[in-house]
Amino acid sequence: MIRFVLKKLLFIFVSLFVLASATFFLMKAIPGNPFMSEKEIPRAIKEMLEAKYGLNEPIWKQYLTYMNNLLHLDLGMSMKQQYTTVASIIGTGFLYSLQLGIFAIILSIVAGVLLGIIAALNHRKFLDTFTILLAVLGVSIPNFVVAAGLQYFLGVKLRWFDVAGLNDPTDYVLPMIALAVLPAAFIARLTRSSMLEVLTADYIKTARAKGLSGRVILVRHALRNAILPVVTYIGPMTANIITGSVVVEQVFGIGGLGKFFVNSITNRDYTLIMGLTLFYAVILMAARFLTDLAYAFIDPRIKLSSRKEG
Amino acid sequence: MKLKSTMSTIAAVLAIILVVVGCTPKKEENGTTDTGNAGTATSKVFRMNLSTEPPTLDPAQSQDQVSFTVLNGLYEGLTRKNEAGEVVPGIAEKWDISEDGKTYTFHLRDAKWSNGDPVTAGDFEFSWKRALDPQLKPEPSAYAYQLYYIENAESYNTGGGATVDQVGVKAKDDKTLEVKLNSATPYFLSLMSFQTYFPVHKSVKDNEAWAASASTIISNGPFKMSDWQKSTSIKLVPNDNYYAKDEVKLAGVQFVMVPDSLTELNMYKTDELDWAGKPTGEIPADQIEALRGSNKDEFYQKGIASMYYYLLNTKEKPFTNEKIRKAFSMALTRKDITDKVTKAGEIPAYGLVPPGIKGETEEYRTEVKDDYFTEDLAEAKKLLAEGMQELGVTKLDPIKLTFNTSDNHKRVAQAVAEMWHKNLGVDVEIQNQEWGVFLENRNKLNYQVARAGWGADYNDPMTYIDLFTSKSGNNNTGYASKEYDDLVAKAYAEQDTKKRMELFKQAEKLFMDARAIVPLYYYSDVYLEKPGFKGIFIDYKGDIDYTRGYYEG
Repeated sequence: MIRFVLKKLLFIFVSLFVLASATFFLMKAIPGNPFMSEKEIPRAIKEMLEAKYGLNEPIWKQYLTYMNNLLHLDLGMSMKQQYTTVASIIGTGFLYSLQLGIFAIILSIVAGVLLGIIAALNHRKFLDTFTILLAVLGVSIPNFVVAAGLQYFLGVKLRWFDVAGLNDPTDYVLPMIALAVLPAAFIARLTRSSMLEVLTADYIKTARAKGLSGRVILVRHALRNAILPVVTYIGPMTANIITGSVVVEQVFGIGGLGKFFVNSITNRDYTLIMGLTLFYAVILMAARFLTDLAYAFIDPRIKLSSRKEG
Repeated sequence: MKLKSTMSTIAAVLAIILVVVGCTPKKEENGTTDTGNAGTATSKVFRMNLSTEPPTLDPAQSQDQVSFTVLNGLYEGLTRKNEAGEVVPGIAEKWDISEDGKTYTFHLRDAKWSNGDPVTAGDFEFSWKRALDPQLKPEPSAYAYQLYYIENAESYNTGGGATVDQVGVKAKDDKTLEVKLNSATPYFLSLMSFQTYFPVHKSVKDNEAWAASASTIISNGPFKMSDWQKSTSIKLVPNDNYYAKDEVKLAGVQFVMVPDSLTELNMYKTDELDWAGKPTGEIPADQIEALRGSNKDEFYQKGIASMYYYLLNTKEKPFTNEKIRKAFSMALTRKDITDKVTKAGEIPAYGLVPPGIKGETEEYRTEVKDDYFTEDLAEAKKLLAEGMQELGVTKLDPIKLTFNTSDNHKRVAQAVAEMWHKNLGVDVEIQNQEWGVFLENRNKLNYQVARAGWGADYNDPMTYIDLFTSKSGNNNTGYASKEYDDLVAKAYAEQDTKKRMELFKQAEKLFMDARAIVPLYYYSDVYLEKPGFKGIFIDYKGDIDYTRGYYEG
């Protein structure tokens, strides 16, 4: 087990190193610099600015400096947002994305599992068809369309919610729903199919034969097994929701991390581009790692195979 | 039957989650934002969108409209500008200008900083020298060149030998500031309301990061900082120590940072904003026509001194040929572009200097008509044929028209390409480029036709005319004319307004005859403002001034 973990960690470290290097050189390869604007600034001033940020050094030297700082966990200062460290931009922005993300995850799990069960219990009846229709819609409508639709109908037309911002607790509702629709639909379909499978299994028939109540069978025997595929989906889903809320945040005017990612590239804010890329990479890899770990705990076959390899 | 109780358990869980969600930590600002509509009839908070976080709130570092919009409420320079763009007294009550126009002596009024300290001439000397400091933290000011009119400023800033003491700004005493210029600069007074010339409190030298948080920003203008939620909102409240605090009627100004223009409009519609659109927001282009009808009492469009044009690369065929350049600018029907494509009330452009810029007595554009050419399709065709003959070609290769990625630029480019194709029979390929790539290509003359835009820095035709001198970093056309450079140099040296305007007129004609650019239109700003707000305006160059705004319900 320890070997398995160490191997995974080493792999993450190497991946991050390759990613950081590739991003660094790609970023330097695109034309432009942080000080460009429609109104060109005088050459002498531009040179002072470049010297200030070490951009006048040869690329390999800039690379070594950056990597050295990175090893000391120093992501540097933003070149566009003055007096702001990259770490603090990530900290502030991520807090919004994380808050929203967690609520959206909870909502999608609850709603998804619930709908999945309803569908399975009403197999081939109206409620089943209806739920599946909802799920198909949920999977196929992009979340920014959902976001804009919710904003227009519930915000502008009915005035139930504020159009944008995160000032009131109720302001979380619309972005949370917009983020949760797709994963909820996906979970509903997962739950439904594994539930259908489980419900016809022998041990359920045994339980029924024993005369257990419908609720006990459902909760204690059926749901427990049926929910396993959902658990394995939670890892990647968490990473997706937290890193993929760019457009929803944009629509609801929430100062999350997503917009910085796009803007940092347009602005050639080199330190911020690097910081955000690495941060997202760490999140995604951590989610994968934890999922792998969970598999290893749940399913003994995975432990075996890794031992064989190692 | 049993299922029902399961369902109700789950429903209860859902309800609990909703409650938990409802109890998420509330942000502090909430208590203060509520005043938005709660105040009395005359003391409302004015709410508008900045779209993005200001890159800085240090006047010395500010280069963009977003930070200027906030700074203009926080700080006041030696002069202010009114709605017409005229200079009115600010922190300086009056001033004397020497015979040769090179020495300005400003006499300051009794004014105070938001912490009660007096605003002195020494503060201005300190602030301007600070902006010029090549060691300024966190980085040297990119806009320091706005101060280069001052004697030895450029030399000190770029390490050319002058010491800080040689820079031509000196506090004679607490109330008198003497400024020496390199040459007579007739628009120098109007520069005093530009952000780089704003004063900052002397305490900033002890705290590098002072401009990054609300608590350390000490200001001398009509408002002071009350709250700054990074990437979310900024709130200003009236500055009780402002010398004209009686003129400040708003209860405060609330800026939000919402990047999406449709969201901004929705917030306006649901009364979460009092202003939507320019200068720091945007009305979605496809909504303009509908809003013009549905919200006609709240819909405004104002021409500003800003121009949209295409650059022609005079170093690359076929635009090396003057006749072909002329043909291309003649073969467009600009009114169709402004009426059917951009639709925000833009004015077709045929010259270099937009309306709104001061001339001798009236606007320059009123005194000097921009009738340098007409849209004559037959003549255009003839010129194109002659030009092609001079180049020795029988057919033109497809022309490449590049612009930076944006819906509006794309629509304009499509319309222009279509007109050139229809009117001149040439094929035009339109190509969008990412901002940084586009700027680099344009600077290196790596294009055939490229989009450009220019807004006025100060209220004088020079802000446009010196754009196309051979040494201008913003020329980007390859156009270089000794005669033009001489005219501009003469205008710089000339003090007499009438003669200067005559020189501008000659220079503009010379440049337009060479037609290194295809002028398309003079910009117009479109915005919505809630009824009841008065005294808030967009000035000649497109800056919003809310400092003397008030509400009358």
